[in-house]
Amino acid sequence: MIVMPPPDEAVLSRRGDIAAALRRILPHDHVIDAATALRAYESDALAAYRQPPMLVALPSTTAQVSAVLKYAHDNAIKIVPRGAGTSLSGGALPLADGILLGLAKFNRVLDIDFANRCVVVQPGVTNLAITTAVEHKGFYYAPDPSSQIACTIGGNVAENSGGVHCLKYGLTTNNILGIEMVLVTGEVIRLGGKHLDSEGYDLLGVMTGSEGLLGVVTEVTVRILQKPETARAMLVGFSSNEDAGLCVAEVIAAGIIPAGMEMMDRPAIHAADDFAHCGYPRDVEALLIIELDGPQVEVDSLIARVKAIATKNKSRTLRISESETERLSFWAGRKAAFPAVGRISPDYICMDGTIPRKALPQVLRGITELSEKHRLRVANVFHAGDGNLHPLILFDANTADEFERAEAFGADILRLCVKVGGVLTGEHGVGIEKRDLMPEMFSETDLRQQQRLKCAFDDKGLLNPGKVFPVLHRCAELGRMHVKAGALPHPDLPRF
Amino acid sequence: MARTLAPKSDQDLANMVAGAGKAFRLEGTGSKPTLGNPVAAAQVLSLANFTGVEIYEPEELILEAGAGTKLSDIEKLLKKRGQMLAFEPPDFSSLLGTTSSGSIGGLVAVGLSGPRRIKAGAVRDHVLGLRGVSGAGEIIRAGARVVKNVTGYDLPKLVTGSHGSLLAVTSVTLKVLPRPETEETIMIPYLADQEAVALMSLAMQSAADVSGAAHVPGEGTYLRLEGIAPSVAFRRARLLTLCGKHAAVLAEKDSTKQWQAIRDVKPLWKHRSHAIWRLSVTPSDGPAVAERISSSLDARYFFDWAGGLIWLAVAGEKDGGAAVIRKSYPSGHATLMRAAPSIRNQVPAFEPQAPALAALSRRVKAAFDPRNLLNPGIMART
Repeated sequence: MIVMPPPDEAVLSRRGDIAAALRRILPHDHVIDAATALRAYESDALAAYRQPPMLVALPSTTAQVSAVLKYAHDNAIKIVPRGAGTSLSGGALPLADGILLGLAKFNRVLDIDFANRCVVVQPGVTNLAITTAVEHKGFYYAPDPSSQIACTIGGNVAENSGGVHCLKYGLTTNNILGIEMVLVTGEVIRLGGKHLDSEGYDLLGVMTGSEGLLGVVTEVTVRILQKPETARAMLVGFSSNEDAGLCVAEVIAAGIIPAGMEMMDRPAIHAADDFAHCGYPRDVEALLIIELDGPQVEVDSLIARVKAIATKNKSRTLRISESETERLSFWAGRKAAFPAVGRISPDYICMDGTIPRKALPQVLRGITELSEKHRLRVANVFHAGDGNLHPLILFDANTADEFERAEAFGADILRLCVKVGGVLTGEHGVGIEKRDLMPEMFSETDLRQQQRLKCAFDDKGLLNPGKVFPVLHRCAELGRMHVKAGALPHPDLPRF
Repeated sequence: MARTLAPKSDQDLANMVAGAGKAFRLEGTGSKPTLGNPVAAAQVLSLANFTGVEIYEPEELILEAGAGTKLSDIEKLLKKRGQMLAFEPPDFSSLLGTTSSGSIGGLVAVGLSGPRRIKAGAVRDHVLGLRGVSGAGEIIRAGARVVKNVTGYDLPKLVTGSHGSLLAVTSVTLKVLPRPETEETIMIPYLADQEAVALMSLAMQSAADVSGAAHVPGEGTYLRLEGIAPSVAFRRARLLTLCGKHAAVLAEKDSTKQWQAIRDVKPLWKHRSHAIWRLSVTPSDGPAVAERISSSLDARYFFDWAGGLIWLAVAGEKDGGAAVIRKSYPSGHATLMRAAPSIRNQVPAFEPQAPALAALSRRVKAAFDPRNLLNPGIMART
C-alpha cells in the first residue's frame, strides 16, 4: 500500500475558516464542504485509493483560480488540481488536508483557427470534444487516450497523455502550442501561443506531464491535423511473441511508421474476443493490429510491404481490412481489452512501462515467471510500435492479500522494464502509483534536481504533494543536502 | 585570451565545475558564436572531447552521441541506414561566417529546427534523453532511451534550447526517423506575401501532408511533398489544383537543394553586414508583420513554416531594428541571430519576458546553476 503524507492537524482545524474564505472568492455553490458531496471526488481512475478532500473549489475563471491559489499560498494550504479524474496513476487523488481544485467549469472552446491549424480551449474541455469541434472541416486532434470521451485536455497536459496513434502523431507534448497557467502565487503567465516555437526556456515542455505539481493550466492551444484520407488495418497472428516482436522491429527498420501498431498476448486475445466477439484468431500466441493511414495509394502500397514482412516473420493468420466496418471490427477487441479483462476478473490493475522493442520477448517471459511467483494471472496489451507495455494484472480485492500481491507483481514488472533499459511509465504518469519506484530509474542526485525545479515553481511544496516524488524535501534544504555513502540526512523527513 | 578547459569525462567536468571560482562560456565546435547574449566569462569550457556515437539502433529509432560529435558525422551515419533527424537541423555556418556546421550538443543547446518542423516537430520533440553536469557540479541524467516516456519532469525539453545555461551537456539521446524515399517541390512564382501565406495555409489545411512551406519574396513560393513515390505523385496532383497555372514542379535533386537553401537561410547570406533576426509568429500574421517592419526599416526577409517563421536582415540601425521589430507582432517573439558587437551588447537576444515569467525563468536557472557559472546572462541579462 502506498502511504500519503500525514494530514496537518492545524490546517484541518481551520477547515471552516478556509471554506468561508473560499466562498469570498467563489460563488457559494462553487465551494463544496458537505461530506456526502466530497465523496464524489474521493478517487480518480486508480480507484483502489480513496481519500475525500478537505474541501472542493470549482472556479470558472482564471481570476478565480488565481485568487484561490494566492489564498492557499498565503495560508500554506495544499492544492490538488483535477480535470475529469480519469488518471490511472492517482494523480488526482485528494489530500485530507488539501483543497481539491476542480477545473470542470472551464468547459468552453474559445477559438477555432483553421487558417493556423489550431484551437484554443479551456482545460475542462474533453479530448474528444476538440475533435468534435473541428471535424466538420476534416480536422482532428491527434492524441487519443482510451478515456478520450471523458478525459479533459487540461488533464492530458498534466499527464502528457498518449494513445494508440502516438507512434506516428506524438503525445500531448508534441501537439500543443501554448498554455495560460497560474502559478501557486496566483501570478498568471502565458507560454507559447499560436506560433510554433515558444520563447525562452521550454517551460511548456516542463509543464506538460508535470502531473499538477508545478501550476494550474487555465487555457490550452492545441494543434489540429487534417484527417488522413484512408486508414486500413491488418490483423496478424503469430505462433510466438518472438515472431511478432521481430515483425514489429522489421516494419520499423523498413522505414514504415504505421499510424498504430498494437500487440496482444494470448490471454488478452481470448478475453477481448470473448467480450467483443470480434473474430480474433484464438489459436495464436500473439496478435498484431497494424494500421496504415494516408492517401489510398500510399496505404495500399505500404500494406503490401507490411504483408511481405509479416509473412517472412512466420505469421500464422493475416487479414487486411477491406472496409471501414472491418477496420473498426479489428480495433473493437483491442479497444475493449480493459472491460474485457474486467469481465474475467473482479479487479485488475493496469501497468504502463515502456521498454526497448527488442526486449519484448525477454520481458514477456519475465512477466510469465512473475505471474507464477505472485500467483496471479496477467494479460498483456502493448503499444508495440513505441514499446509501451500495458500488463493487466488480474486479482480479487475481496481475497486476502491479493491486492498487495498485485501491487508487488506490478512493481516487479516495472523494475524489469527499467532493468532492460526502459522506463516506469510511458503515458499514465507516476502519480502515487509509481512514486516509490522512482529511485529504480533515477539516482538520488537526479531526483533532487527534479525537485529543485519544482521549488522554482512551488516554493512551499503546496501543489499536489505526495505525488511523483518518494521523499518530500523542503526547498530550503534541497540546495545543501548531500548524500554521503547512502546515508540520508534529515531522518525526520517523511519518506513514504 | 580566455583560458580553455577541456574535460574528458563527466566526472572530470563535474570536478571542474564544482571547484570553479569563476563562470564559464560553453563551447562545442564554435559554429554559432553570435547566438544568445554575449557571455562575460573568464574561461571557456569546451565540450569538444565528448565525441562519438555511443548507441545507434535503427530498429529502436534511437541514437546516442557525445555532445561534441559533429552533426555532419551523425547525419552521414543516419543516411547510410535510410534514417534522419526529422527536424531538419540547419547549417548556419554560411549565415554566421563560421567554418563548422556544428555539434549535436550545440544543436540541442540552441534548439533551432528547420523547415520540416511544421510536420515533424522541433528539436525538443526529438530529444529523448541527455546527460550533463549542472552548475552545482552534479552529474545529471534526464529522460531515457525510449521514445515514449513520462517518468518525472521532461528535463530533456527544458535543457533543449537553454543555450548551455542549465547543464553542460555531454551526451544526448535522440529519436531518429526513416528518411522519406523521395521528395519533390511545387514552386509557384509571382505571389505577393499575403497571397503566398494564404496559399500555404490552404496547402497545410489539405490532406496533402506538406512537409515544407516557404515563400521567398520576388523568387517563389515552395511546397514540399515527401514519402513513397506513388503517394507523392497523388498528392502533387491534388495540390496542383490549388496552385494556379504558373506552378512548376522541382524534382528530387532540385527540391533537396531548394530546401537546404531555405533551411540554411541562404536568401539572406549576401547581406553580410545586416543584423539577422528570426521571428516566430502566428503564421497568418506573417505578411502583416513583415509589412510593418519593412515600412520603417531597410529590411529583407523571407518566410518559412507557412508564414510562421520570418527570417529578416536589417541594415543600418543602431539597435538592429529591435524597437520596431519587437512591436510588430501581437504574439510571438524575435531572436537576434547575428549582429555587430555594438548591437549585441545593448539589444537582448531573446524576447524580453513579462515580469512573472522572467522571475520564474531566473528561479529555473538558479535551480540548475545556483552560482551562475554556466553561460551567465546568455538567456537574459542579470
